[in-house]
Amino acid sequence: MSFISRGFHGRRRVPDADRSRIPPGQYATSDFPVLSAGPTPRTSLGSWTFSVDGEVDEPLEWDWTGFQALSSELITVDIHCVTKWSKLDTRWRGVSLDTVLEGVDTAAEYAVASSDGGYTTNLPLDDLLGGKAWIAFEFDNAPLAPEHGGPARLLVPHLYFWKSAKWVRRLTLRIDDEPGFWETYGYHNYGDPWQEQRYAGD
Amino acid sequence: MVDLIDESTHVRSVVLDLPDWPGHRAGQHVDVRLTAEDGYQAQRSYSLASSPEDGQVVLTVEVLDDGEVSPYLAGELQVGDQLELRGPIGGYFVWTADLGGPLQLFAGGSGVVPFRAMLRHRAAANGGVPVRLLYSARRLEDVIYRDELGRLAANGETDIRFTLTREWPDPWGGYRRRVDREMVEQVAWSPEDRPLVYVCGPTGFVETVADAMVELGHDQAAIRTERFGPSGG
Repeated sequence: MSFISRGFHGRRRVPDADRSRIPPGQYATSDFPVLSAGPTPRTSLGSWTFSVDGEVDEPLEWDWTGFQALSSELITVDIHCVTKWSKLDTRWRGVSLDTVLEGVDTAAEYAVASSDGGYTTNLPLDDLLGGKAWIAFEFDNAPLAPEHGGPARLLVPHLYFWKSAKWVRRLTLRIDDEPGFWETYGYHNYGDPWQEQRYAGD
Repeated sequence: MVDLIDESTHVRSVVLDLPDWPGHRAGQHVDVRLTAEDGYQAQRSYSLASSPEDGQVVLTVEVLDDGEVSPYLAGELQVGDQLELRGPIGGYFVWTADLGGPLQLFAGGSGVVPFRAMLRHRAAANGGVPVRLLYSARRLEDVIYRDELGRLAANGETDIRFTLTREWPDPWGGYRRRVDREMVEQVAWSPEDRPLVYVCGPTGFVETVADAMVELGHDQAAIRTERFGPSGG
């Protein structure tokens, strides 16, 4: 239960025009903070692959050239980090997961994204489909920088940004839900910023 | 809030008396939430500077010029005021004595805060685990916990090296530049010692140190990082 903080007035109030776009407990920032649990992996494009495995008849795999040949789109979205910053109108290029998973016949209801460096995160498969998620490889018309997840990262802007796994290399489709890295260290299993689902139990 | 301690010109520690505190592990953080009279709220995360054994809960706050929460905590908050916080939070960037060592700590600026909790926890656990700390600050006056770190270094318990990046006292026996691979190689345990590595600081510092440690042959899975960008608050 909150109480008034004596003498606190607030300096970073959100402009009225943006208020409907900033989830509770967040503030807008114009820079792009970096957060990750370990060293930044350095994967060359020549050894990069992206694969889909798990509950699929035939696992899929692309190399960098093959992945770039998929139809990609420009995406302008707001992103929300659980560490309280939100960034509006970020611009990316990536391949929709609808495209990546086109033709895949699966009974899976969940997915785990795995990254170079060992990071994992789990999501319901429905949250990856329907124009809500991408594998992004450009930010602001330039190749995605390694510290921001390059060569390619998952982009799932309607969930807190730890779900948008950096350095993503594999998507495993699963019948059951399996908590990922931060999800086992006390963070919320789903992570809806509009419900302020930051930590387990929210 | 029961006490305020000036740690440097723009860093203050806020000492809290929390009767219902469930305890924490060194390296964890809390979320502080401020509420204005009209209901407007702002939240930020702060590392715990106190060890689990300290009895009181201490946050060390660097005041950011364009910040919203940090100027309030370090400027407006008075002894006796109430503070709303949630925690402890985070289960990865932590060290408990049973994890053993040796410990390799790299601190950039106020990134030293969680390490103070770890060093105090180690002392409470009767030491034993060898520790090396590299601490990068702009100038000597910006070094937080200077006396406490000095005592640790003086009695030989902890190998503490400093690098100052902007100004140096005279004489000065530490490094005089931003951290780089050569510095990391000189101060760090070798990969054969299999240290547990913790790196905390601004992004550029963390990237440089973590990259260097990986290049030097350390297991990337043994390197835990915590970064803060320029947009804290």
